[in-house]
Amino acid sequence: MLLPFFYTLRALKVPVGTSEWLALMQGLCHNLADSSLDHFYYLARAILVKSEALFDAYDQAFLICFKKREGEFNIKKEIEEWLARQVDPALRPKIPEIDPLTLEELQRQFHERLKEQMEEHHGGNRWIGTGGTSPFGHSGAHPSGIRIGGPGGGRMAVKVAEERRFYNYRHDRVLDTRQFKVALKRLRKLDHEGMPLELNLDKTIKQTCKNAGDIDLVFDPPQKNQTELILLMDVGGTMDPYAELVESLFSAAHASSHFKDFRHYYFHNCVYSKVYSDMYRREAVLTAELFRKFRNSYRVILVGDACMHPYELFFPGGAIDYWETEPHSGLEWLQMIRTHFSSIAWLNPEPERFWDHPTISAIKKIVSMYPLTVEGLANAVDHLRRA
Amino acid sequence: MNYQGTEDYVASEELKQVVNVALSIKRPLLLKGEPGTGKTLLAQSIANAIHRPLLRWNIKSTTKAQEGLYLYDTVARLNDSRFGDGNVRDIKRYIKLGKVGEAFVSEKPVVLLIDEIDKADLEFPNDLLAELDEMQFYITETGEDIVAKERPLVVITSNSEKELPDAFLRRCVFHYIEFPDIDLMGRIVKVHFPDLESNLKKAAIKRFYEIRSWKHLRKPPSTSELIDWLSSLIAMGCNLKDLEDDIPHLGCLIKKEEDLRAPAKILKI
Repeated sequence: MLLPFFYTLRALKVPVGTSEWLALMQGLCHNLADSSLDHFYYLARAILVKSEALFDAYDQAFLICFKKREGEFNIKKEIEEWLARQVDPALRPKIPEIDPLTLEELQRQFHERLKEQMEEHHGGNRWIGTGGTSPFGHSGAHPSGIRIGGPGGGRMAVKVAEERRFYNYRHDRVLDTRQFKVALKRLRKLDHEGMPLELNLDKTIKQTCKNAGDIDLVFDPPQKNQTELILLMDVGGTMDPYAELVESLFSAAHASSHFKDFRHYYFHNCVYSKVYSDMYRREAVLTAELFRKFRNSYRVILVGDACMHPYELFFPGGAIDYWETEPHSGLEWLQMIRTHFSSIAWLNPEPERFWDHPTISAIKKIVSMYPLTVEGLANAVDHLRRA
Repeated sequence: MNYQGTEDYVASEELKQVVNVALSIKRPLLLKGEPGTGKTLLAQSIANAIHRPLLRWNIKSTTKAQEGLYLYDTVARLNDSRFGDGNVRDIKRYIKLGKVGEAFVSEKPVVLLIDEIDKADLEFPNDLLAELDEMQFYITETGEDIVAKERPLVVITSNSEKELPDAFLRRCVFHYIEFPDIDLMGRIVKVHFPDLESNLKKAAIKRFYEIRSWKHLRKPPSTSELIDWLSSLIAMGCNLKDLEDDIPHLGCLIKKEEDLRAPAKILKI
């Protein structure tokens, strides 16, 4: 009965293996789940899932396999759809001064409405819907009530799974500065590379003692921070919706103390003959200057949506700023950057499913592109390390 | 053996269950969660609840797995051979057991806490795999096998600063301590400040969740900061009124300069 659950988990890319599965069976033999689905939910999760990033996938698998088996009342599908509507919090009405309903009364009325209600209602004080002062639905206001849709509700396993509370912990979603920092930290692995050049005194003493007093010198590779990073960020225009996201990536990189050198510049749409050292693009730096100043050991991360008019990418003088008169197209500049700095990656905040845009495809051919998510950044960092 | 939380530690239902799972299938318990959600305290609480001594091994960035098993104090032996007394031929005298070693030789079963395992080198967890799995290790210098007399409960905490290796994860029972919701937080605060007046408590907790919900916070305050903040409020004798128009002692909650600028805007100070 449980094996389909195992394979559903695997199908949803939760890496469970035989040994974990056997451990779960062992747990079940100890009667840890207490023959209850709720306990089974936590038992199986603790043993099978090893990262909060995978909790959401686990919840999904759990729903697929066990939802049918719970005898809870089913809310009509269409009612769920009516309630999918988002309501602006500002439009939320004030709580009216009426007496709260008792739980029994509330449940009685709710079942009544479920039977009677035939169409969508938003606002108003009686039916299930969003807003208004009816006790049923969400984003409304009533001193008591049943919220339908969104998180909340009891703590039964299927309910917990349904809430999908861990959606935000998924690694293919974008999160906060701290997680970016963790991802960037992977660049630090580079630090221990190189020739063994430094005398390690502790190890030498130890080795010598083990060697019965014959001196045995131990050398280690230098442990200096060797990572140098240039961050080039697209600002303005279509990037505005992602400003906060780019900000958190920047602050993560900026606050990371494990770079030997960290530089950042801004551009608009694509890198042309100039980049800018400030967000408002007032202080220009020649792109050619970057090539002179920074050795090719610098790693480069470009951040941008790579979405622009094809003219802006493929034609010389395509720069959107009219005073740019350019002998090279944006694409050519990217090629030059790519040639100088061999280890280079592009992070795109645009979700991957929109990447069939002509300029994105063209840029992708030159610079490896990754989505600007925690997982994407980690992959980009791995790519930088390999290059 | 059944863990039900202790007087000084409020555990959620799922947490209790996970601890019991780890206890009965005898696997290490790996705890993750935001800093300040009480991962380390939990180990103490488990030890108290099941009446076992707690052995705590704090991991630093330089900690090596070997240190947890045993150290061969070569320098002391060299020193003794030149200037000291005693029998330098007896290598055993210079073998010092680490925390894992201590846990293994202990007559009573213990709780072994490996705190902040992610601080150490990437290879660190892998180096402990076999030892924690089989609950034994071999001392090369003396040819001695150290086998656990009583299997300790191993509790491992991580702030996920680094990814842990898969092979290691496979052997653990995993739990992610979520940030407590308002109800649980109320109970947690009650444990720490049983005499705190309930209106003030409610107002303070409400304020706290408000602050946590601010966007742009680089480091949102956690439970331990709330506790610090409350003690400072009590120490300075703040009342309900102060909390309503202002956030006194904001420095207890917000630790980053950039974050302090945000409230100035919101509160229009």
